[in-house]
Amino acid sequence: MPLNDTYGPTGRERSLLGRLRGLNWTLVALITAVCCIGFALLYSVAGMSFDPWAERQIVRFGIGLVLMIAIALIDIRWWFQLAYPIYGISLALLVAVEFMGRKGGGAERWIDIGPLQLQPSELMKIALILALSRFLHGLLVDDVSRPTRLLAALLLIGVPAGLVLIQPNLGTAMILIVGGCGLIFLAGLSWKIILPVVALIAAAVPVGWEFALKDYQKQRVYTFLDPDSDPLGAGYNITQSKIALGSGGLFGKGFGEGTQSRLNFLPEKQTDFIFTVLGEEFGLFGLLILMGLYTAILWNGVQIALDTRSQFGRLVAMGVCLNFLLYILINTSMSMGLIPVVGIPLPLVSYGGTALLTVLFGFGLILSVQVHRAIDIPRSAAALI
Amino acid sequence: MSDGRESVRYRSFSRRTALLSAGTLGLFTLLTGRMFQLSVLQREQFAMLAEDNRINLQLIAPHRGRVYDRTGVELAKTTQNFRVLLVPEQAKDLRAVLAQLAQLIPLSPQRMERILRDALHSKAFNPVLVAEGLGWDDFAKVNINAPDLPGVETDVGELRSYPFGPWLSHVLGYVAGVTDKDIEKEPELLSLPGFRIGRSGVEKAADVALRGKPGAAQVEVNAHGRVIRELGRREGTAGQDVVLAIDMEVQKVAQEKLAGQSGSIVVMDVNTGEIISIVSAPGFDPNAFTGTVSPTIWKQLNTDEKKPLLNKAITGIYPPGSTYKPIVALAALASGAMSPRDRVHCSGARALGNHVFHCWKRGGHGSMDMHQAIKQSCDIYFYECARRTGIEAIAAMSRKFGLGQTYGLEIPGEKAGLMPDPDWKRRARNDGWRDGDTFNVGIGQGAVLTTPLQLCVMAARLANGGKAIIPHVIRSFGGVNRELAPLEDMGLDPAHVAIVHSGMDAVTNQGGTGARSRIDIEGFDMAGKTGTAQVRKLTAALRGRNSDSIPWKFRDHGLFVAFAPVKEPRYAISVVVEHGGGGSKAAAPIAKEVMTVVAQRDPARQKLFVPPGRETASVPSTKA
Repeated sequence: MPLNDTYGPTGRERSLLGRLRGLNWTLVALITAVCCIGFALLYSVAGMSFDPWAERQIVRFGIGLVLMIAIALIDIRWWFQLAYPIYGISLALLVAVEFMGRKGGGAERWIDIGPLQLQPSELMKIALILALSRFLHGLLVDDVSRPTRLLAALLLIGVPAGLVLIQPNLGTAMILIVGGCGLIFLAGLSWKIILPVVALIAAAVPVGWEFALKDYQKQRVYTFLDPDSDPLGAGYNITQSKIALGSGGLFGKGFGEGTQSRLNFLPEKQTDFIFTVLGEEFGLFGLLILMGLYTAILWNGVQIALDTRSQFGRLVAMGVCLNFLLYILINTSMSMGLIPVVGIPLPLVSYGGTALLTVLFGFGLILSVQVHRAIDIPRSAAALI
Repeated sequence: MSDGRESVRYRSFSRRTALLSAGTLGLFTLLTGRMFQLSVLQREQFAMLAEDNRINLQLIAPHRGRVYDRTGVELAKTTQNFRVLLVPEQAKDLRAVLAQLAQLIPLSPQRMERILRDALHSKAFNPVLVAEGLGWDDFAKVNINAPDLPGVETDVGELRSYPFGPWLSHVLGYVAGVTDKDIEKEPELLSLPGFRIGRSGVEKAADVALRGKPGAAQVEVNAHGRVIRELGRREGTAGQDVVLAIDMEVQKVAQEKLAGQSGSIVVMDVNTGEIISIVSAPGFDPNAFTGTVSPTIWKQLNTDEKKPLLNKAITGIYPPGSTYKPIVALAALASGAMSPRDRVHCSGARALGNHVFHCWKRGGHGSMDMHQAIKQSCDIYFYECARRTGIEAIAAMSRKFGLGQTYGLEIPGEKAGLMPDPDWKRRARNDGWRDGDTFNVGIGQGAVLTTPLQLCVMAARLANGGKAIIPHVIRSFGGVNRELAPLEDMGLDPAHVAIVHSGMDAVTNQGGTGARSRIDIEGFDMAGKTGTAQVRKLTAALRGRNSDSIPWKFRDHGLFVAFAPVKEPRYAISVVVEHGGGGSKAAAPIAKEVMTVVAQRDPARQKLFVPPGRETASVPSTKA
């Protein structure tokens, strides 16, 4: 174990200022840089105007940044204690959404709390990481593979994922399931379980296709497989996105010069397809810079996880990283026509308040783990009472 | 740490994290490869295929908004326009292609030169207009032969037409092709071939609303520029329909009454400032301007001494003459300089210094009070009235009535006219104000200059008892009524207004100067004021001659302002007939006829017209 007492005073003993100084500012700077790319693109797709997107996104980022740092300064043990309550509340909201949700984008995903619009599914992404990490914190490597424990962990994932799936929000459900399973894997699930399950899932895909997917989801897969079959209809997004990316070339058409997005050929250009805008205007060069920044952010996150004394902290850090990674993978693959169209934003870049705040909240947790990396949490503390 | 099992857990976590990171790196490498494939490899592939396939963007011109009168009569519409276009970069040898085309459709050598010039100026991939307004036969001929004509495209565009032609020329204005200067400002929209924008009148003033937003189509074309298939299409937004306050029936009659003359008529709703009719005669046919204007027509319009291209209703400036006297009377009453009962003796002339001022009536009117002075339009009375009131008070009152200013009318080109005062004279003429100047202003002569629109606003504000209505011709954009600013009250004393009203009532209804133009409709009696504006000081040789024997351009302007009904007025009118002789003879009878139609139509009480909606398609989208 690399950790020892040379790490100095524990987080609790450090002053607020000391903790602030100890923050991984490189990570904060990287996050800000990615957001700035987002602002520039939102400015461009609005026809070189701060209105309507860039302006609001900048304000949200300001709020999110403060929130992130505030979260980072909160003692990791607090988050440990709050893990289950937060999960409980999120689950309750998810249930509530089924009954008083607001229509948005064809699916019931929103809830109105006074003037605030909340997406409980977003909140659940964080809540699941916290709760699962706390649960797994109490388990030794061998415990993870024990049926009762494994079942409990899978229930923690499955219940919210199921609720999100019937909204229906396939993308978020996928992130919850894959992210959650990733944490169980990191906690040390035996290969003897992993390998057969993977084989089983592979076999189950055709069955799931027949019974689990809605028509529009199937349609997305069909058109993905052959976008040219219906260039004006369902294949439109994919065709347009590929044309835009391809026409960007090495260095792009230039800032604000993307004809695809400017002439509105690209749908949802400010949200789901903003990666395409980047490619069209800044070319391969721009895309690589963004991917480089993303890699650096993930690298920092993984380093923090490896450098943390408590299993809870490590898992939280990796959970957030996994979520972030999934966002990136899904969005970019979709934009480049590698997977069917799923409504998942490009993290920190796409326009949208809730998604941005969720991601920044997550990084707040990673930073909290980093600031309080020397704090040990007893394994027994994971018990419910 | 002391716990060995904890250490096992950490090692397991580290291993699996490393494994996951390696997997992530692998995926990122894959993604980067895909980026490379799309941005670099696929690009080359496109270049290879470029011989056969190419993706082009074509802008789709939006439908121009229609213009209606207040009852829904279509005043400006768009009709189908069969056009032939040529894309220079696809044609290669432009001359050869044009020569081929000339065998199919009429194409003059001048026109061909013009096309070649256009092609030189525009970007190679932008289509250039070759011919438009084609008959179906010609259009079909080009279409059949199109495969042999590289770069030639046909389409159905829009042509603006004005069904009422000269009757509305100055109100509607016209649309015309864009100039290089326009293109500098808005390159995207204006690079549409044959696109036209508003050049004058409402077409110009409401151009942005009428224009709409262009759509775009993304098409795959082969090496000859022929469209193979459409990949994507985003419909434009049609321009907004505009509803005018104009009542076409009134406008028609007003136009007819000025036939053969040079002059203007403005009719207004006194409570809202809506312009029900605004005519400047003679007009011109705006349809002649939407295509290429022939030099003959252009020359003819420009040399006509009646100046058909000029919108006299808002740009023509005339001394108001006696139509201005009610304002002088109000100024006198408001300042307390005169009471309505004060009498002035008119002997037909009055000396001031070594100059003699005359009344229009030789021999004079005798003793006059204010009521009689307005009714008879006695000049001597108003010389005295103006002298006692003073120029400052008169100028202030005139400004309240909107003289010497513009109103921001939707028809461009308004002139402000002039309301003189001592300040102005010092600045403009470097001279002091004299009593003689005040005398002249008192009868609406001298330096006072007004437009027919201002005269109508003056009459309207007088009619409604001093509400500062603002004249306007547009009622609604895209079916949404314009919001009007709340009316300012000019602060007139109702008792004073009543005195002036009764004087004007007497002009037409009690044997005054406009008695021949009395309207005999129950509940729609008209009160008015005649006016005659001297065009130039008559030489001794011309004085006293029958006006018909004086050359046209030296004759007086005839003016008339009026409102109706006398009690609770709803409409005001101003009529100016250039060189028509006196107001009672030339202008008042026209006002009578126009107001009679207004009485029958009662435009202010007609139901609001809302233009029918227009179908628009939208972008295909798979977003669930």
